[in-house]
Amino acid sequence: MTADLGYGMTLIALGLAVYGGVAAGIGARTGRLAVIESAQHAALGVFVLVTSCFALLTYAFLTFDFSVRYVATNTNLGTPFYYRITGVWGALEGSIILWSWMLALYTIILIVRHRVGARELYPWALATMLGILAFFLLVMTVAAPPFQRQVPVPADGRGLNPLLEDTGMITHPVALYLGFTGFTVPFAFAMAALITGRIGDTWLVLTRRWTIVAWYFLSLGLLIGGWWSYHVLGWGGYWAWDPVENAAFMPWLTGTAFLHSVMIQERRRMLRLWNISLVILTFGLTLFGTFLTRSGIIASVHSFTQGSIGILFLGFLALVLLTALGLVAWRWEAFRSEGELDSVVSRESAFLLNNVLLVAAAFTVFFGTVFPLLSEAVRGVKVSVGAPFFNQINVPLFLSLVFLMGVGPLIAWRRASLENLKRNFFWPVALGIVAAAAAFALGVRSLLAVLTFATTAFVAVTIAVDFTRATRARLRVGESLLPAMGGLLLRHHRRYGGFVVHLGILIIALGVMGSHAWSVQTETTLRRGETAELAGYRFRFDGLTAVEESNHFKVVGAFTVSNGRVLGVLRPAKKFYPQEQAPIAYVDYRLGLREDLYLVLGDFARDGSQATVKVQVNRLVSWIWIGGVVLTLGALLAILPERHKSA
Amino acid sequence: MKRLRRWLIPLAAVPVLVLLGYGFRVSPRDIPSPLVGRPAPGFALATLEGAPLDLATHRGKVVVVNFWASWCYPACYEEAPVLERNWRGYRERGVVVVGVDIQDKREAAVKFVGDFGLTFPVVQDLKGAVSVDYGVYGVPETFFLDSQGRIRVKHVGAVTDDVFRTTVDRLLAEAAGP
Repeated sequence: MTADLGYGMTLIALGLAVYGGVAAGIGARTGRLAVIESAQHAALGVFVLVTSCFALLTYAFLTFDFSVRYVATNTNLGTPFYYRITGVWGALEGSIILWSWMLALYTIILIVRHRVGARELYPWALATMLGILAFFLLVMTVAAPPFQRQVPVPADGRGLNPLLEDTGMITHPVALYLGFTGFTVPFAFAMAALITGRIGDTWLVLTRRWTIVAWYFLSLGLLIGGWWSYHVLGWGGYWAWDPVENAAFMPWLTGTAFLHSVMIQERRRMLRLWNISLVILTFGLTLFGTFLTRSGIIASVHSFTQGSIGILFLGFLALVLLTALGLVAWRWEAFRSEGELDSVVSRESAFLLNNVLLVAAAFTVFFGTVFPLLSEAVRGVKVSVGAPFFNQINVPLFLSLVFLMGVGPLIAWRRASLENLKRNFFWPVALGIVAAAAAFALGVRSLLAVLTFATTAFVAVTIAVDFTRATRARLRVGESLLPAMGGLLLRHHRRYGGFVVHLGILIIALGVMGSHAWSVQTETTLRRGETAELAGYRFRFDGLTAVEESNHFKVVGAFTVSNGRVLGVLRPAKKFYPQEQAPIAYVDYRLGLREDLYLVLGDFARDGSQATVKVQVNRLVSWIWIGGVVLTLGALLAILPERHKSA
Repeated sequence: MKRLRRWLIPLAAVPVLVLLGYGFRVSPRDIPSPLVGRPAPGFALATLEGAPLDLATHRGKVVVVNFWASWCYPACYEEAPVLERNWRGYRERGVVVVGVDIQDKREAAVKFVGDFGLTFPVVQDLKGAVSVDYGVYGVPETFFLDSQGRIRVKHVGAVTDDVFRTTVDRLLAEAAGP
């Protein structure tokens, strides 16, 4: 019953989306407003229907309606209330609903915001959005239907993947998908620009905030994913260059490139072709990411499901890329007559270099991700590409990018004079050198670490120099300090939002560097009452306890930790789920600004007399999360509504 | 010439798409089992009804050993009718299907067998020793044994009619051959 109702609604929504897409296209061609309005109504209908589907599925989860196949597969009577909600998007079918719902939501916002302001581009953008939405609804009806009847109705379900029983599961996928789907809007406007031939700046201005919003959510999704990996998976890391992590990271890289190259087009009328291509690439990569996750063609910890959906996504990816690039080829002549680069020492070239590096990073990540496939196709050999490859290539790229973060915002447009360079960069360079020397004097011997310190100090000082200079200018006209600073942030929120984001990245860079260079770990087997030591911490094994939870059985170890004085008891555990072959580790940790103490329970004797424990002291990892918060605050500042400048 | 060259832009996407399409032809999970070609590990366990079952007594027949569990959803639910159907179709020709239920509760297993009306023998591997011997990584996994008792094919995931028939027909033909 529930399944049929949901399936019926999905079908109608699909029909409406197809109709709306076609109507919007016809309306755009003929300019008949009534037809466009009809497409808008269809879009509203789709939104209402997809929302109802989503609500219905959630209700089925909450009421343990095992007559719906998807509910039976992803929950059981023991699943706690909270995870019955997150379980809705815990697997493929539900995540496609979530995706479609967000896409429908974005479509409605697009209608509300741009219906009046963007006469020429809007109908085509709407047609593109509805077309893409129709594809996802097609997936929901044929390849991965969440509403499928289960006969016979089982007495109990299979249960959720235990790794997904974490608070991160409500935020991580939601943020990630908001980011992924968010890039659909800039893509839709880029398509509209190509179709109408208005490849000037209108579409850029229209999509600027959309892009920052999508970028913001994608960043948030990646960071929460890192945090989830760190505190759930129990290997003590936050990033593993797993194919699916890469899949989310690639659009982030090209999206970041786009955010920067937009500024050159706005200012200097350059890079039109490049910008359109970046948007197409970014959107293509979001599809590729979904394809990679769901097709199972590359082994990954994330690919939970396989099936015909992969073929469907590949077909759609092909359609999107060939159409979009075909349109670019068709409009080729229009991309001529661009501005020229005046000098290599200029802001344009700094931004250009930034773009080249970001795209190069995206390319290496892409290459590393699909290399196992390539190797099997060409040489018939199964290989896997690990973290060393990605690190070796990307660390220098990222370090250069951080350096450019200091150069780009301060160097002059067109052609930087020696005067300009001296005025802006004397102090940052000087303090960068001081930072390197200080790090060396304090005993840091790793070249990479010294370079990182020098570069981050350099960039931080450029930001400080710029901000003090601007504040001083305001003080001179008689404002007092705090209003002057606040006014600056609000008035030039895009510029300073960007600076805050840069600060966040600097902090993250330090955290990543520190955790790589200085973390230590050990694994040891202790008898009850025995003590071991690592990096100044002493930990004593006090014994094991067993706990029966609603849907699993848990063995908890108790370890008293001290470093001179007693810091507390850490309780890492192993969770045994009936539906899983291997137990799931439950990590316990003590987070600190300088270092985290991180305990993972290994094997143990059944009588509790001894246990193996993996202990890690992870240095500076907390700064990654702190940097993440700073970064998101900066992005929020940059998204603030544009204030109409009256003075 | 110049006018044509721009159409190379969309063509650039083609090799990537072809490569991704190729991905469907291979599975990253297909790691060959070292047991293929070796004699199948023997076992003697009690069926759900309590009767003893020793694999050795079926030597000389084509044997299909299927590892499953009642919580293995949906794959085991998909293949159960397939196994039953083919067991009925092939038992006359000396083919034996043995279900090995692993990491399961007895009541749940009995209910599963009842729900699907399974008539082939099902044993319970309570200690997991048999699954370890066969290197079972997850359920369902199915091993096809030839008449000499060697493991010839390991199938991961739900068994389909097609997989069952082609494999068993081949092994039967071999047994009947010279």
